[in-house]
Amino acid sequence: MSIIEIKNLSFCYHKQKILENVNLNVEEKDFLAIIGPNGGGKSTLLKLILGINPIKDGSIKTFGEVPKKNLSKIGYVPQNTNVNTDFPIKVLEVVLMGHIGEKSPLFGYGKEEKLCALGALAQVGMEKFANSKIGELSGGQRQRVMIARALCAHPKILILDEPTASIDIEGQKLIYELLKTLNSYITIIVVSHDISVIMKYANKVVHVNKRLNYHDTFNLNKNLTHECNHFCEVEMFNVFKEVK
Amino acid sequence: MENILEALSFPFIQNALIAGLLVSMASGIIGSLIVVNRMVFLAGGIAHTAYGGIGVAVFLGLPIFLGASIFAVLAALIISLITLKHRERMDTFIGLMWAVGMAVGVVLIDLTPGYNADFMSYLFGSILAVSQNDIYFMAGLLATIVFIITFWYRDILAVSYDSEYANLRGINVRFFYTLILILSALTVVVAIKVVGLILVIALLTIPVYIAEKLSNTLYTMMILSGLFSSIFTLIGLWFSYEYDIASGASIILISALSLFLFLAFNKIK
Repeated sequence: MSIIEIKNLSFCYHKQKILENVNLNVEEKDFLAIIGPNGGGKSTLLKLILGINPIKDGSIKTFGEVPKKNLSKIGYVPQNTNVNTDFPIKVLEVVLMGHIGEKSPLFGYGKEEKLCALGALAQVGMEKFANSKIGELSGGQRQRVMIARALCAHPKILILDEPTASIDIEGQKLIYELLKTLNSYITIIVVSHDISVIMKYANKVVHVNKRLNYHDTFNLNKNLTHECNHFCEVEMFNVFKEVK
Repeated sequence: MENILEALSFPFIQNALIAGLLVSMASGIIGSLIVVNRMVFLAGGIAHTAYGGIGVAVFLGLPIFLGASIFAVLAALIISLITLKHRERMDTFIGLMWAVGMAVGVVLIDLTPGYNADFMSYLFGSILAVSQNDIYFMAGLLATIVFIITFWYRDILAVSYDSEYANLRGINVRFFYTLILILSALTVVVAIKVVGLILVIALLTIPVYIAEKLSNTLYTMMILSGLFSSIFTLIGLWFSYEYDIASGASIILISALSLFLFLAFNKIK
C-alpha cells in the first residue's frame, strides 16, 4: 500500500486553477523530489498533503486515511527558517516544539521529552548547540535544528520545503547527506529548485506546474548525456520535456 | 534618606509603591509577549480605545476600571477578528479605533454634567491616587497572568515563535493569539493608572527591549523585563516625589535614560 495516495486532485484558489487532475503515489522509503516553476503549485500540494488546505476536488490519503488524521506521522520543515532570529529561544526549546499538540499542555516539558529532543539534535549533529540562542546559528545549522524538531515527533514521512534555499554549498551538502541517512527508515519528500543535487539523492522526481508529471530518476539518468558528470538546469528541463 | 522614610509613612505612597511593582511585573511579562509577537502598535491601539471606555464609565457613573477594561477587551477581540479577515489592512483599522476611542472618551467626559475631575490623569497616569481596590485588581490580574503563562508556556512559546508550525501541530493559534491580546488589554488598563495611556507603550517596550538583548529564553526575558520595569518605576517614583514632577513621565524618562546607557555601554563593549 502506498503511504500517500493522491487521486484526481484539483485545487482552485480565488477561481484560479492551481492544481489540475494530479495523481501521485508515494511508497515507503521513497526519496521524492518535487520540482517546478514558482507559482506552479508545489507549496499548495504540500499544504494539501499536510491537511492545511481543505480538499474539495479529488482525494488525498495518507496511510489510507484523510490527512488530518495522520498529522503526527508527518514531520514538516518549513521553507524560511530565517524569520524571527531575534527571538529569545534556545535551540533545545525549538526542537522541543516538535512535541506540542501530543498531549494536553501542562507546565512545560517533561524529562522524557527533553531526552528525546536531545536525541533528535544528536541525529542532525547539532547536540553541542542545544543551549545556544537560535539567532546565533548559521542558516544551515538552523535548518538542521528544524529537521531535528520534525524528527522529535518520530515521523514516518519528512516533508521539506526548499530546505537549501538560502544556505551555502557546504551546508547544503551536509543537509542532503543527512536526509540520505534518514531515508534508510523515513520517507522523504523535498521541494527544491536545485535539480542537479536532487538527481543524486532522489529516487523519484515529479514536476509540478498545474499538472503533475512523474519521472523515475533511474530512467531519467539513462536519457541524460553525462558530460563532465554535471548538467545544468536548462539541460535538465529539456530532458523532462522529452520524457513527457 | 529621612525624606524617603517620611514619604514611606504615608499610606498613599505605600499604595503607589505596591501598585508600581505589581504593574511593572505584569507589564514586563505581557510586554515581552507583545514585543516578540510584534504587537506594539496593537497595544497602543488598545490603550487609546480604552479611553472611550473611561468616558462611558464617567458618563454613566460606573467604576472607571470596569469601563476601561470592557472597552480594552472589546478592542482586543475586534483586532483578533480583523487579523483573521483583513490582515493586510490591520494598520488602518487600528488607527481608526485609536482615534475613535479617544474621541468617544473626550465627548462623553465633556457631556458629563459637573464632572471636573482631572482627566489628564488618565492620559499621564495618577499613581498617587491608587486605591485599595485598584491594588486588588492589579494583584488579581498579575496572578492570572502568571498562572496562564506557566500553564500554557509551551503552546504560547510555540505560537509566538512559529505560528505556522504550531498550527500544523494542531495548536489553536487563534485562541492563543486572542488570549495574548486580552491579557495585553487588561495589562494596558492597569498600566494606565501608573503611567497613563499615552506613555503605556514605553512601559511595555523599553524594559522589554533591554531584557530581550540579555536573554536567551522567553522565560528569562519576562523575568528580567519585570525586574527592570520595577527598578525604573521605583527610581521614577522617587524622582517624582523628590522634585515634584509627574510620576508617569518621570518613570518613562528614567527607563529611556537607562535604555540609552545600556545601548551606549553595549557599543563601547
